[in-house]
Amino acid sequence: MEQTQPQSVHVHAPPEGFLWKYVFSLDHKVIGKQYYGLALIAVFTGMILSWLMRFHLVWPNAKIVGLDLISKSGAPGGVITPEYYLSLLTMHGTLMVFFVLTNAPFAGFGNYFLPIQIGAEDMAFPRFNMMSFWTTAAAFLVLVLAFFIPDGPPISGWTAYAPLSAVGSDAGPGLGWGQNLWAISIGLFCIGQLLGSLNFIATTLDLRTKGMTLMRMPICTWAWFITSCIGLLAFAVLLPACLLLILDRMAGTSFFIPSGLVISDRLQNHAGGSPLLWQHLFWFFGHPEVYIAILPAMGIVSHVLVTSMRKPLLSAKVIIYSMISIGFLSYMVWGHHMFVSGMNPFSSLLFSFPTLTITIPATILTLIWLGSLYGANIRITAASLFALGFVSMFVSGGVTGFFLAQPSIDIYLHATYFVVGHFHMVMGVAAIFGILSGTYFWFPKMTGRMMNETLGQLHFWFTFIGTYCIFMPFHYLGLVGNVRRYASFIDDFMPALMPVHRFVTIAALITGAAQFIFLYNLIHSRFFGKPATDNPWDGTSLEWSIPSPPPWNNFGGKHPVVYHDAHQYGVKGEKGDFIMQDSPETAAG
Amino acid sequence: MGKLFGVVLAIIAILSAYPIVAHWYVQPVDISTHGHAIDEQLADTMAEAGLSFLGAQLLLAFFVWRFSQRKPGSRVWNIPGGATLMVAAAFILVGTEILALGVLGQKAWANVYFTPPKPDAMQIQSQAGQFAFYFRYPGVDGKFGPLHPDKIDEGNSNFFGLDPANDVESRDDIVSAELDVPVNREIQLLMHAKDVGHSFYVRELRIQQDFVPGLDLAVHFTPTQTGKYEIVCTQLCGLGHYNMKAYLNVLSQEDFDKWMKQKISEQ
Repeated sequence: MEQTQPQSVHVHAPPEGFLWKYVFSLDHKVIGKQYYGLALIAVFTGMILSWLMRFHLVWPNAKIVGLDLISKSGAPGGVITPEYYLSLLTMHGTLMVFFVLTNAPFAGFGNYFLPIQIGAEDMAFPRFNMMSFWTTAAAFLVLVLAFFIPDGPPISGWTAYAPLSAVGSDAGPGLGWGQNLWAISIGLFCIGQLLGSLNFIATTLDLRTKGMTLMRMPICTWAWFITSCIGLLAFAVLLPACLLLILDRMAGTSFFIPSGLVISDRLQNHAGGSPLLWQHLFWFFGHPEVYIAILPAMGIVSHVLVTSMRKPLLSAKVIIYSMISIGFLSYMVWGHHMFVSGMNPFSSLLFSFPTLTITIPATILTLIWLGSLYGANIRITAASLFALGFVSMFVSGGVTGFFLAQPSIDIYLHATYFVVGHFHMVMGVAAIFGILSGTYFWFPKMTGRMMNETLGQLHFWFTFIGTYCIFMPFHYLGLVGNVRRYASFIDDFMPALMPVHRFVTIAALITGAAQFIFLYNLIHSRFFGKPATDNPWDGTSLEWSIPSPPPWNNFGGKHPVVYHDAHQYGVKGEKGDFIMQDSPETAAG
Repeated sequence: MGKLFGVVLAIIAILSAYPIVAHWYVQPVDISTHGHAIDEQLADTMAEAGLSFLGAQLLLAFFVWRFSQRKPGSRVWNIPGGATLMVAAAFILVGTEILALGVLGQKAWANVYFTPPKPDAMQIQSQAGQFAFYFRYPGVDGKFGPLHPDKIDEGNSNFFGLDPANDVESRDDIVSAELDVPVNREIQLLMHAKDVGHSFYVRELRIQQDFVPGLDLAVHFTPTQTGKYEIVCTQLCGLGHYNMKAYLNVLSQEDFDKWMKQKISEQ
């Protein structure tokens, strides 16, 4: 599968003018940064929404100054109503899962570094690439618009279970135009991701430079490649699901709505649909989506770890094969979200086994990371700290998956805070740690300036300890039976648990505030950071062989030739204990 | 800083495990015949997952503590056994876990879903709607009258949409906002959703089952202790979701008979 470069189709002239250089750019690097910037806006918005939710849960009657300006009906006098709580919850989930966890690690970093790491000048389809970003940006605007319409944002959660999401405003506030905007936004998002995934696959397969065999690609390139294969199938199912939902809502069809429903004292004029159909379609996308978020993070972390450890990982091949098997198995497990949904109980058993089995490749990955640390010489930086933190979070979130994979235990733990703790740790926080690790690691390459290391490490400690303080107690609450998605806790047994909730809220406020250290560092270093050398971390992959920041055509019109895989560390090379991928020297020791 | 990482992570791991080991947060008392199997399964999983958690976190803490920031150019080496050891360990450790918990543990699931209710189980229908549960008993004739969604009229307390004027079987049906059941009697709950998806969750019963519109499901259970227990909705159903609850009253047979008599006389 060796590639000889000269592909002329994707070569384009240097961009001129502000608009073509920074806005409608065809350059994969600019598009990567645009995705990252969009994710940054989304993550801070999502975080502030989570603050509001946590605040409301423990101080339900407290006034939040200025909130009534955003929504008069949602927060009259600054006090959040139960329905506005659900709006916040829906928007938090949607923003984080789609616009942060999918955008940043996959579309953001992937766009910027995948072509460089395989020695290409750009993506295979630069125009598709630009279109995929602007479709995603439009999706974001459509979603956020829901905050400013009279109906308000939807209240049906990021999973938008039908028929609540399908029957319209009879079922409650936010379920009229709010839910319409949600469905349109997610539909658009799917189109953007489908275009992006196709582009990633074509680029990886067709544009590798001379000597860059598949097995010589860095692990993160592999992770983006596998993710794009998963994304292509997953978003291809969510898109029609959204279309059917829009049809149910706007054209009077009944894909997800059965007959005989009486909502707000009105008999609904629908018949023949199945609410479980939505759940199947949604989770057929939804479960692979978890891996769309986490696989790129695994790749980034492997890349950062191998550079920080100064020795190869025990086996890059095993990591790659494990990621492929995770990707493959991710399509067989969606039913584990539906154990108590009324699906045939035999199916639950069938879904339980692949879910438990997926633990094997996940454990192999963890053990390879762990085992590789043995005998290493780990350089501690903000990037490597976040990578190590990722491993810790992945373990913490992973072991709780073992509970939820078993239908019998799920009877008790389903829809409790245990689930919330589990997926926040394994999918949310772990992936965010991957993104942050990647940011500290690649920022010098992307901007030509170093980030402030002291602030970076300070940010790490707040985030690492803080996220454990937030999400570990969620598991305890779940074990007692604390139900999730409640705007207030009026249950009889709740008063005893309120101190735990207060602790979580305070931890969330502090940890969230610490993220502004990161934001400051990011913006300040962009303009005033120390100038970065081409290869500040002594890395071996191709991005470190070109200037920081790279020129518009990456390799200055040349085609690099690759002689090694990306794991030549702990050897005696000309420049130190490593050999670059494009260096013809052979390892001497 | 690597040493600090090791120490902090070890402290976090131990502090995280402590509340579990100390049994600070455990499920409420089990009042069902099938619940102990679920609790056992949960406890076994906790032991295995807990050990994996502590083992992995402490190893990570130790390795980072031991192998970070050594002198530049220090010799690096691989763990004996390398990747083969790791793959073998993953297969053996997790494979055993899957066999032990996944295969043997399916009994707990089977108890709930694969064992049919006894023929003499008491049938009660439950209807979930925004944002209340209602329960219907078949009355003296032992038969439920048919439902007519178009006849639902909450203002006149016709929550189920019954038509006693035309349906003989509906005339003696008893409707209640609370679920009263006799102790030690198997109950088969027939579940009907009026509008959107809801769920029936009683922690002490170790039962959670969704109400799915258009799909009439059933669960069965035998409560073993008298008392008053909370029934909560766990499927996001709209603005009043947090407030959607009812009570399960498990009564002695005597008290239940009295309650039933009173309900019949109220009709």
